[in-house]
Amino acid sequence: MLNGRRGFLKDSVPVAGLCPQGAYGIQDCLRSGFSSVKNELLPSHPLELSEKNFQPNKDKMNFSTLRNIQGLHAPLKLQMEYRAARQIQRLPFLPSSNLALDTLRGNDESIGFEDILCDPAQSEMMGEPHLMVEYNLGLL
Amino acid sequence: KMATLAVRQSPVGGFSFENCKRNAVLEGEANKVGYSLPAARKTGTTICGVVFKDGVILGADTRATEGMIVADKNCSKIHYISPNIYCCGAGTAADTEMTTQIISSNLELHALSTGRVPRVATANRMLKQMLFRYQGYIGAALVLGGVDCNGPHLYSIYPHGSTDKLPYVTMGSGSLAAMAVFEDRYKPDMEEEDAKRLVRDAIAAGIFNDLGSGSNIDLCVITKGKLDYIRPHDEANKKGVRTGDYKYKRGTTSVLTKSVTALNLEVVEETVLTMDTS
Repeated sequence: MLNGRRGFLKDSVPVAGLCPQGAYGIQDCLRSGFSSVKNELLPSHPLELSEKNFQPNKDKMNFSTLRNIQGLHAPLKLQMEYRAARQIQRLPFLPSSNLALDTLRGNDESIGFEDILCDPAQSEMMGEPHLMVEYNLGLL
Repeated sequence: KMATLAVRQSPVGGFSFENCKRNAVLEGEANKVGYSLPAARKTGTTICGVVFKDGVILGADTRATEGMIVADKNCSKIHYISPNIYCCGAGTAADTEMTTQIISSNLELHALSTGRVPRVATANRMLKQMLFRYQGYIGAALVLGGVDCNGPHLYSIYPHGSTDKLPYVTMGSGSLAAMAVFEDRYKPDMEEEDAKRLVRDAIAAGIFNDLGSGSNIDLCVITKGKLDYIRPHDEANKKGVRTGDYKYKRGTTSVLTKSVTALNLEVVEETVLTMDTS
């Protein structure tokens, strides 16, 4: 029986056939294509992993530099502010503007591919409201 | 086990790699049958830049190719970055276009934030950091030039993110032809007219010796107070004007004798068919 919060299984590698991504416990061929062991294990593009980890890696590097220059208090205070700003969200299935978080990160003064391509506000799929809320509250 | 319906991660913007595997499979299938997927539009190109006494001059040809076909006979390869900085782009046309537009927007926001005229080194740093982040998958080879508070600067930026700061640079498929002209005739601190003639000749060398470059020559002269975007500076290849002719002139073959025989025809029947103009 899978744990309700998938987030705890971050370091495990999903094996094909055991955790299909689709509804009703089978592979959703329309949305995620056919399944194979190679597909599950390898990333589909060399940049996929690097892009997924880009923001966290950048933050880690900046915080570590800040800690070396100004001491431990500086990254701690900043991370506290990030945590506070990250909690200002709309309901789980609605798109949030993340304005405070963007201002803290400095994203309000720059434009990148994440603002132009695949705008989350215009995505065609939406999570099912009741399930999203239950998942967030840990009731699922 | 309970069925978990659509519990999605919150969607993020940016590049989506969802279709990469499907595209790889499709390409494999197409290659098995003998077809190849359509090629992206490239600007197989000659672009170059030179630093002269008062500023920089950027030059570019105007042909965009799609495999072996000319997709655009008069495309503009010198892109605006800021009022004092322009950038020529070679490589995949969409990549150069979007990259220069994104950097132009970022530079404008940065200039508004600092309250100063943007520097060429800032644009260079932004471009190289973005291109390195995408490890060369964004195929944009750029020649960046401009004049700021520290004088005129010229950079060449490669798709993987390396940059060179030089007094004269060329990029694109015709870069070797253009570089040959530069290596022969470049002198430091040239006058504007000499520098314009040099850039024009370098691009013309690329146009006439490289299949990927053609059509006209665009120039952009950037000096401290003035900007000249000359498009086209020189129409090296006019469409419809043939350079040669297969017809022989009268008198090429000398006439020895001439006899004229009248052909007598008699009119048998004459009918007039009116056109249906209703």
